[in-house]
Amino acid sequence: MTTLHLQNIVKRYKSHTVLDDLSLDVANGERLVLFGPSGSGKTVLLRLVAGVIEPDEGRVLIGGEDMTDVDAEHRGVGMAFQNFALFPHMSAFDNIASPLTATRSSKDAIAAGVHKVAKLLKIDHVLSHHPKALSNGQKQRTALARALVGSPPLLLLDDPLRNVDAKLRFEMRLELPRLLAAQGATVVYVTQDYKEAMALGDRIAVMSQGRIRQIGTPQQIYNAPADIEIARLFGDPTINLLDVTPQKSGDGVFVELSNVRVRLSDYDGDVSGQSCVLGLRPETIVFVDASTPGAIPVTVEAETPLNEKTVTLAMTARGREILVSRPAGTPGPVAGPAHIAVNGAQAFLFDKASGRLLPRADMESKRNGEAA
Amino acid sequence: MDTMSPVERVLRALALTLVVVFFMFPIFWIFLMSFQTNETILSIPPSIVFSPTLSNYAALITGKLQTAAGTLDIAFMRNLGNSIFLSVTSVAVALVLGVPAAYAFARHKFKGSEDIAFTLLSFRFAPPLLVLLPLTQYFQWLGLSNTYFGLIWVYQLICLPLILWIVRGYFEDISADVEYAYRIAGHSWFATFRKIALPLAGPGIAAAGLLAFIFAWNNFVFALVLASADKQPVTVGALAFITSSGIQYGQIASAIVLSVTPTLALALYAQRYLVEGLSLGAVKG
Repeated sequence: MTTLHLQNIVKRYKSHTVLDDLSLDVANGERLVLFGPSGSGKTVLLRLVAGVIEPDEGRVLIGGEDMTDVDAEHRGVGMAFQNFALFPHMSAFDNIASPLTATRSSKDAIAAGVHKVAKLLKIDHVLSHHPKALSNGQKQRTALARALVGSPPLLLLDDPLRNVDAKLRFEMRLELPRLLAAQGATVVYVTQDYKEAMALGDRIAVMSQGRIRQIGTPQQIYNAPADIEIARLFGDPTINLLDVTPQKSGDGVFVELSNVRVRLSDYDGDVSGQSCVLGLRPETIVFVDASTPGAIPVTVEAETPLNEKTVTLAMTARGREILVSRPAGTPGPVAGPAHIAVNGAQAFLFDKASGRLLPRADMESKRNGEAA
Repeated sequence: MDTMSPVERVLRALALTLVVVFFMFPIFWIFLMSFQTNETILSIPPSIVFSPTLSNYAALITGKLQTAAGTLDIAFMRNLGNSIFLSVTSVAVALVLGVPAAYAFARHKFKGSEDIAFTLLSFRFAPPLLVLLPLTQYFQWLGLSNTYFGLIWVYQLICLPLILWIVRGYFEDISADVEYAYRIAGHSWFATFRKIALPLAGPGIAAAGLLAFIFAWNNFVFALVLASADKQPVTVGALAFITSSGIQYGQIASAIVLSVTPTLALALYAQRYLVEGLSLGAVKG
């Protein structure tokens, strides 16, 4: 276990700034997920920590020690690559053993170390194979084993599940937290999959355009996304975003959806009259009878049954599309006219101009984890 | 391919045979000539049936060339030795210098790196005759003319760019991540070069080495001008067979057979290794 501090990191390629004055602290034993769309600088950041890329500005501190000018082989980190990066001319055994041979351990110690981690990852039966003869899943496990075998205090995982099929990814998503916990290492994990980020991260740092946009626990980010873009990245199906102008009336703030007033209980009068975007998670919307108070009339356009949920595309009278998600097997309309109800207490309001989440009256405590 | 009809198969075999005969016939003919005397070679019509003689090879090996005008001394065996020594040493030097340079050009883009690499390549497209005269003068001033050292130096003009540019491509094909992974595992850059880059570029290095060897072996003009008889390779030494009393076709043929043998053997041996190495798809994880 160790700590990692990145201070004001800047990295440019020609005139393109990939990392823009980025600072990040990872605590001892923490699992931090770097999440963001491709091209946001996650991989570059990870390589910078590993020491194979040098920053133009800023410092990299591992365990409190300044490692900015230290070569990769002396940083003592473990890394798994998205494309596995196995040594094609070496057997799986030699691949996994490579961090141990560097420290000139005895043959027996190397063999013992490799077999132990191979057993843990269930690849002990293919150790004599060359990478070419391994399945994708076995390659991925070999790459992971190579990163783990030396018990590095800092483990960097660059989207290790990206190139394996969905079934394996699901399996590994369950297995990885247990494995990483057993290692006791500080982990920086890069992914583009929000489910993976939520499943694996103690904290998630959302990156975009070379900056960290928001950092916090998975719940903080899901329940209070700092801006529209982050709200859109987290959640499947994607969050519903509707242009609204909240109005203050009586004791609360209301928005109007198809002439039905919905009270936003979390917001106060400050937002009234402002151009906003209302964010509604599909799972917070329910189908109701026409007689229910606050029922909004819609037309059901299409229904997509997914494994554990059913997603319905509905259209309001004004032609706005709304996605509604409900657990699979529960009844709901398949086509034609229907009614939905919106829970105003679970809705987000974003400023339309800046895209930032508007502060909620009771959200101050949850917002503390956010990046400035 | 499995479902080829018999007719197709016969036609295919026929076409392949034609191609093989077309390319192999000159070599086959030379091989036959090398066992004939000048008289049988020049007899009209030429005949495939003859009584083979080893006199050509005997003359080459003993260095005594019997002609109508008497006995001539030829240094063919020495030429052959020179060829082997010059080519092997030149390729070895070019590999030692060129492979690390190719790696540097492939992995580290520094200011002017493309210009330097291109300058080295440009040695290949300057006609040798253009540099020959000044080179001869320089070599005389420096005392390098008619030395193995000087010849090997000049041969670097042939071998080095070839090796540099071919091997560089192979190094560039190796995923940088594979090398990064080895570095992160705790190995120095030199260990990474030795244990990862070199083995993975192995087939490419072998191909470049073989090609450089053939080019060095075939070189004529540098050796002709910069070396005298005792340092000359077979390409220049073969001139001795054009004698005042006629061209010694039999000896030329056997000299060709002898001088082609090392390159051919090397190509056949390396080909097996090359095909194996390349078909491994070695570079892709």
